[in-house]
Formats: sequence, structure tokens, C-alpha cells
Amino acid sequence: MNVLTPAPASYADTDTGVLLSARGLTKVYDTGEVKVQALRGVDLDVRRGELLVMLGASGSGKSTLLNILGGLDRPTEGDVQFEGKSLTRRSDAGLTRYRRNHVGFIFQFYNLVPSLTARENVALVTEIARDPIPPEEALAMVGLSARLDHFPAELSGGEQQRVAVARAIAKRPALLFCDEPTGALDSKTGIQVLEALDHVNSELGATTVVITHNFGISEMSDRTIRLSDGRIVDVEEVGRAKKPADLSW
Amino acid sequence: MVGWISALDRKLLRDLLHMRGQGLAVGAIVACGVAIMVMALGAISSLELSRDTYYDRFRFADVFSNAKRAPERLANEIAEIDGVRTIETRISRLVTLDIEGMREPANAQLVSVPENGKPRLNGVLLYSGRFPDPSRPDEAVVSKAFVDAHGFTLGSHVRAIINGRARDLEIVGVGDSPEHVYMLGPSGLLPDEKRFAIFWLSRRALEAAFDLDGAFNSVSVSLSPGANSQRVIDSLDKLLEPYGTGGAYGAEDQLSNAFIESEMQQLASIAAIIPPIFLIVSAMLINAILARLIATERQQIGLLKAFGYDEWEIAWHYVKMALGMVIGGILVGFVLGVALARLMTNLYTDSFRFPDMIFRLDPSAFVIGGGAATLAAIFGAVGSARSAAKLAPAEAMSAAPPTVYGKGPVQRAFAHIHFDEPTRMILRHVTRWPVRAGVTVIGVAAAQALLVGTLFAFDSIDEMMEQHFHRTDAYDVAINFVEPTNIGAVREIERMPGVLSVQPNRDISIRVRHGQLDERVRLVGVEPDGRLRRLLDDQDKFLGVPDRGLAVSSQLAGMINVGRGDRVSLEVLEGERPTLDVSVTTIVNEAMGWPAFMDVDSLERALGESNVVSGVYAMIDPDREAVFSAAVLERPGIASVSLQRASIESFNDSMEENINIMMTIYALIGGAIAAAVVYNAARIGLTERGRELASLRVLGFSEGEVSYILIGELALLVFLALPLGGAMGMGLAYLVAISMATELFRVPITVAPSTHGLAASIVIVSSIAAALFVRQRVKSLDLIAVLKTRE
Repeated sequence: MNVLTPAPASYADTDTGVLLSARGLTKVYDTGEVKVQALRGVDLDVRRGELLVMLGASGSGKSTLLNILGGLDRPTEGDVQFEGKSLTRRSDAGLTRYRRNHVGFIFQFYNLVPSLTARENVALVTEIARDPIPPEEALAMVGLSARLDHFPAELSGGEQQRVAVARAIAKRPALLFCDEPTGALDSKTGIQVLEALDHVNSELGATTVVITHNFGISEMSDRTIRLSDGRIVDVEEVGRAKKPADLSW
Repeated sequence: MVGWISALDRKLLRDLLHMRGQGLAVGAIVACGVAIMVMALGAISSLELSRDTYYDRFRFADVFSNAKRAPERLANEIAEIDGVRTIETRISRLVTLDIEGMREPANAQLVSVPENGKPRLNGVLLYSGRFPDPSRPDEAVVSKAFVDAHGFTLGSHVRAIINGRARDLEIVGVGDSPEHVYMLGPSGLLPDEKRFAIFWLSRRALEAAFDLDGAFNSVSVSLSPGANSQRVIDSLDKLLEPYGTGGAYGAEDQLSNAFIESEMQQLASIAAIIPPIFLIVSAMLINAILARLIATERQQIGLLKAFGYDEWEIAWHYVKMALGMVIGGILVGFVLGVALARLMTNLYTDSFRFPDMIFRLDPSAFVIGGGAATLAAIFGAVGSARSAAKLAPAEAMSAAPPTVYGKGPVQRAFAHIHFDEPTRMILRHVTRWPVRAGVTVIGVAAAQALLVGTLFAFDSIDEMMEQHFHRTDAYDVAINFVEPTNIGAVREIERMPGVLSVQPNRDISIRVRHGQLDERVRLVGVEPDGRLRRLLDDQDKFLGVPDRGLAVSSQLAGMINVGRGDRVSLEVLEGERPTLDVSVTTIVNEAMGWPAFMDVDSLERALGESNVVSGVYAMIDPDREAVFSAAVLERPGIASVSLQRASIESFNDSMEENINIMMTIYALIGGAIAAAVVYNAARIGLTERGRELASLRVLGFSEGEVSYILIGELALLVFLALPLGGAMGMGLAYLVAISMATELFRVPITVAPSTHGLAASIVIVSSIAAALFVRQRVKSLDLIAVLKTRE
């Protein structure tokens, strides 16, 4: 629990299976009049291939943490290392490269491009990736082989989110960040999306970080951490207690 | 603050502040349109007032006529003509001047003044000095522009060749007259203050010089209120007929006055054609901006309606927003328009010699300009305001469903081409919103069209110059004799030093009549195989002079409505004054004026004369121009000598500075439209797709790649707009040429490829500048918000 240990030169140790490592992360949002401390010193190691769930109420700092780990934001203090190299010292272009080459994102509201079909939304990412999965194959992994040429407006919410999953994994990312991936879905379609995530996590070995305030989802994780008031307050080894199909909320 | 301004209006002000970039772009376009209208109408009213004041104070005449030699007693009979109020007879002659330091001769119109210096009509404004002493025949009042151009002062002497004798005239006064506001020499294209002047001499001096004792050769009259000027013209012609009149004409045909009129007409055309383009583009932009704003504010509108705001209040809210965007533009347009009108009137002091160029703003210019811009704003807003008012509250408050896209016919047509996804996004977006894309294309095309439709004027001038100086009037010098002379004079000129070749011409004044229409014109008798004065057909190809019948310039054909094969009657206004009945055999293109032509032999036969010439065209050795000039000045009987070289030089001198000023103004205005349209399209695109683009940034797209989606679309639209704008520009050029054409000028519709290129370059550079400006904002896309927020 949030114990500060002396930091080695490189604490994201590839040998020990740590892919992403954060030390002493703090984040203060300064709006001029008020200062909001979103993170208050977070240490975290994300292991290669694990499915990590971050639980927390809104305002607990989980989104801020995800933004920093995903290369969208920088901490006020502290450091993040990916495969042993610091992210926090990278330029904007460096962070763009990190996201482009190593990270997949899944948004709460899918964020598909409405003018592109399912296949083309995936192709959007595969065209700029180094060793992508063909869009058709990625969509097959999430069970959408029959909907390749549909536009987002022609797909249900669950289908749109599965396109987003396919889009995120098609570049074979080392890391997959999912921000409330089922937040906009009912439980039945939500489970379909979680099954898709579970499937690609085990199939491709992509390290997957899911943030949610839905406790139920934590039961499919390898490990669940809880955030509260900008700190990690609990880490639980869940060991994939349940299959997504057995979850309920 | 609360209560002083309603909450909704406060939202309005904040929205406007937020959209200030787009508001400024719309305002700039409105400002240009309003400014041009205020400028044109202000310049018209200033010209009008300056002219009327001058004419009134110095008694500008209503009808003018001339004769070879009419006895002074005829004046009483003229005064008796019904409708004539005042009459003034005088002596007026064109002579050549020999000015020290100038290679070529200049011309002067000698005009007599009565002993007291105060003619009853066409008074002389004396700036300095005095009127000539009748007992001193060599004293003259000289027009101010000429005196200034040569740096003369009172007491300076100028040598004039009067009736074949050189005389040193002393400048005793500097003056001007309402007859010569636009002071055009015998064959000049533009006023040339160095080479043309008016000299006012005492009547007695001119009577003696031209052997016109107790006679006059020029008469002007003013009319009583309500008099019929045509009837007075007819009576004058009848009275003067025995004395060799060239025919009377009204003020509308008086050269200087016709130029002022024609300038005002052209300004009126500018006011009618150019500002509407700006206002239409601004209405289109307002429409696009509001449509997008209303889509963004959908939920707020639903909320307002749920609170109980009615449809009218919502619609009025958005109309006010449009008005808010143009109001600043209107005010700036007023200020800019006044400044431009001042600049314009100042430029006029170079070409129009008013004693005081009076600047007057026409209040109606502000009403029309402001009113038209307001209407354009309302027109642009009304569609969007209506759709906002009609939104059902419940539907409006729920989030908008994702936009439905499909593969339209365009995509299917290009199905076999593999596009990358960003390019596909561009194509789908354009075809999904064809109206909006169309607004951008038309807006940019309008900028291009405006540039082509204004810059082409310089090509037209080039074309006119080329046609006039190098094709139809290919001689180096034109010499006019005081009166028709025996052909022997041509031989004399041919033998002068420096003369390479000559071509005689016979040039008479006629009235050509076709049905109810008639026109007073020059009929030029041309040698069929002459190479110095030639005719061009409507394709601008050289044309032989028809051996019978009449060749009519296309302007004249339009004025009296004749075509090939029509018969017209020609009343010769000189000599025996025969009336000829001829058929029109050819229509010819002339860059300037509206003459008619005949084979010189046919003309001689018709006039019953032989071997008579009125002038000579000549080619001269450029190295011996000075010797030639000296020789020609010595010869008596020459009324005017005009060198083409001098005309071209003076024309180029006067055009050059104007061209630079006008080019810059046009380029700025055209560039401003293009930039405003592109900026708006980019801003709308960024608002609408900000979330989409930010998502792509999260997914690892670089700023450049994301900008490509935004700017690539604009580049595509600008690319589509260029050919359309070129075509629209040709149409505008045609419209401008038609409405600018006056009796004095035909404006050839010639658009050089370089003009299209220049217009396109200005549009492209402005578009790139606007796009780069918006690209800065791609940097500030909020990558974190898109993770959490629903659109």
C-alpha cells in the first residue's frame, strides 16, 4: 500500500515482467483560484500481460492516473517509465509516438469516426501502425465479421464499443487502456464488450488497464486496485475469479 | 447589471465574443462591400456637386456649334431662336505650339474672350494675372495645368504657330473653364497637360490672326427653362448651314462633359455590381456559422424552449447574433468608404480640372450600404433561426444521434481507388454536407471571380492600346490641316526630313441616320491599300476597306441599331452638305471612339470633290523626330500634330501609378474574402469535428496528420473553387465590361492567362494563411475531455 521504496535506476524492470511503472505521481490542477490535488503520490507497477482493474468513485483520481499512464497528460511530480524508459521527460511528439506505437484506447463513448465504416475505423489505426492485425481479423476477434461495412450510425452501442475495441487492439498494442468501457451500455451488451476485452487480452497478451466505478467488473481481473482521494488505498490479487459471462451488476 | 441587459442578450454577447474570429471575418467582408458602395456613391456626389457648382458659377453652355466663318449679325438671329436664353459667339482654333525643350509639337486650342474678359457663357476662371489687353494681340490667359506642367509663370513666353506664322505669346493670366474640366487634346487618350492647353486671347487678336473680322466660328447658347434642346440644335444648324457648320450638339456630347458623365456612370456600375458580391458572400457565411452554432447549442435551445421562450424569441436571438456580426463591419465600412471616397476625389483632381474639388458625402450611400448589409445578415440568418425556432424541446435536449453517413454516388464512383482513411473522411465529410462545402466553394470562387473581374481591366487597357497603337492606328504621327487641302500638301509632308511613308486621309463630320436613331460622327475616308490606318473585323483580323458602302464601328452599329446590309442616310455636315444614302457593308472593331469608314475614292465621288485631304498619317524615322517636328511646325495650315510615341508615353505615365494603387486594393479585397471564407470553414470544421480530431490525437495521430483532415478538406474545396471562380470571373468581367462601356469607351473583354494566374495565386496564398491560422488551434485540442464527454 503506497509505500515509498527507494527507486532503482530503472524500476520498470522488463525481466521481472513489469511493463509500466509509476513512482511518486502527484497531479495538481491549478485553475488560478483553486488548486485541486488529483493525485497525491501514487506508486504503481503494471505487469506484462495482466488485466488490471482500477476502481474508484468519481474524483478519486483514477482518470487522472490513466491519462498520465496513457501519455495524455504529465504528472506535476513523479515519473512514469515504460519498458524502463521515462515517459515524463518526453516531448509532445514523443508522447504521440508512445500512444501511436504502444497504446490502445477505448473510450466510454466509443469515439468512432461517424464518416467511416467499422472496417475503415479500424483501418484508420492500422494504416499508421507498424505491425497491425488486418481490420477484418480484428473485427472478427470482437465478433463483428458480419458488420464490416456498417457506419457507426447503423450499429448498436455495444457494437460500436466492440468496433472501438477492435480499433484499439488492431495495432497489437503493448498496453490497452479502457476508460469506463461499459459505462454507456446496459449489462448485457456491457458483458459482450468485456468478453471481447478478455478475449483479446488472453489472445494477444496485451496488458489491459480498465478503469471503472463498477465493482462487478473487478472479478474478471488479475488484480484490482482501489483509488480514493488521489491515493491507492488497496491492492487485491483477484486471479480472474470469474469469466465475464458470469459477471453481473 | 442584472435587469439592465437580459440574460439571453448576455449569452448573445458572450457567444459573439467567443466567435470573434468568425465575426471579424464576416465583418471584414461586409466592411469591404459597404466601403465600396459609400466610396462609389460619395465619389459620384462629389463629382456632381463640383461639376454643378463650377458650371453654374461659370455659366456652362447648353448647346454648342461652329462654322467656318459666320457674320456676327447672325448672333441676333440665333438669339431669336425660341428657347435660347443667352448666346455667346467667339473664335476658336486649334494650333500647334513649339515648346523649347520638347522634341514634338504640342497643341493649343485658342479661344477668344471679349474685352472685359467675361464671356456671357463658358466663363474663364482667372487664378492669377489678368485678361489680355485687346490692344496687345500676343497676350494670353493659359490653362493652369499646362502652365504648372511646364513651370511657366506670368510673363513666360510660348511660341505658337498661328495661321502659318510663329508668334510668341505672353502668359498674362492663368485660368480654366468649365468647358475643359477634362482636357483632352486632338488625338490624346488621356489628358496630357504637357501637350495640350487652352489659350484665351482677345477677340480682336484672333479676328486679325484668322481673318475673321466681324465674324465668328464658334457659338454657344444657354436654354430657357423647359426649352427643347433638339429643336434649338435643329434651328442652329439651319441658320449656320450656309456658313459651313459642323453641326450643333448638346452638353451631353460636349467632350469634357461627356467624360465626367461617363466617369459617374462607371462609378454607378461599380456600386451596383461589386458590393452585392460581398454581401452575398457574407450572407452565405452567416448562414454557415449559425447553422453550426445552432447544432452546437441544440440542447441549450431545447432548454430555453422548455423554460418557456417562444419560437419568435429564439429566432430573434439568432437574427440578432447575425446583426451583431455585421454591425461592426457596417461601421468600419462607413469609415473606410469615406476615406476611399476622399482618396478617389483626390485622384480625380489629376484628371478633372475643377477649381475646387468639393467633397460631399451622399447620405443615401449610408442608408443604402447599411441597409443592404443588414438585409444580407437577416437573409443569411433567417434559415438557421427558423430551424432553431422549430426544434422540439424534448428532442433538442437529448443528445444528437451520430451523424448518418453513407457511401454516396461519388464514393461509389471512386470505389476502385484506394484512399487512406483520413482522405476518406475528407471525401465523406464533403459529400455528407454538400451545401456547406458548396458555400465554401462558392465563397472562394467569388473571391477569385472578383479578382478576375477587376484585374482584367488592365488586360483590357493593354488590349485597347495594342489594337489602337499597333493595329488600327499604326502610324507614328497624325497631322491635321486647318481645312481640307489639296493632295499636294501630302506630297509636301512626304518630302519633309525623317518621313518614311505617308497615307492621306479625308475626314468629315456627318450625321448618320437609321430610322429614328441618329448620331453625329466622324466619317474617315481610308485608302484601301493603306498600311497606316487599317480596319479590323469582329475577330480583330485585318480587313480591307469595302470598295462600296459604309464600314461602321461596332459601337456605332449598336448606337443606331444597324447591321450588315442595312441602309443608312448620311448627312454631310461640311461643304455642300449633301445627304448620301448608303448601305452598311461591314462592321469593324475600333478600340476608341465610334467612327464610320468609307473607301476614300467612293467618298470623294460622293462629295463631288477630287484630290482633297484633311490630314496625313505618316511613319517617321525615330532618330529624326526632332528635325521632322521643326519642319512640320514651319509649315502653315497645320492645325494639329500628334505623335503616337508621346501619346503612349503619357498614357503609360498616368496609368502606372493608378494601376499600382488599384491592383493593391483589389488584391487586398479579393484576398480578404478568400481568407475570411476559408477561415470560417476551418473554424466550423474544427468546432464540429474537434472531438473526432482529438480522439485521433489520443489514438496516436500527430498534429500534422490531424491537421491534414481539417486542412485537406479546405484544400480540396479551394481546388474545386478555382476553375469555378475563373469561369465566374469571366462572367463578371463580361458584366463589368458591358456596364462600363460608355459612348466614349468600349471595354474589350480580354482576360490574360497571367491574370487568372495572379487571381488564383492571391486566393491560394490567402487561403493558406487562413488555414495556418486555424491550424494553430489543433495544438490546443483537449485530448482528455474526449475520453469522458459525450458530444
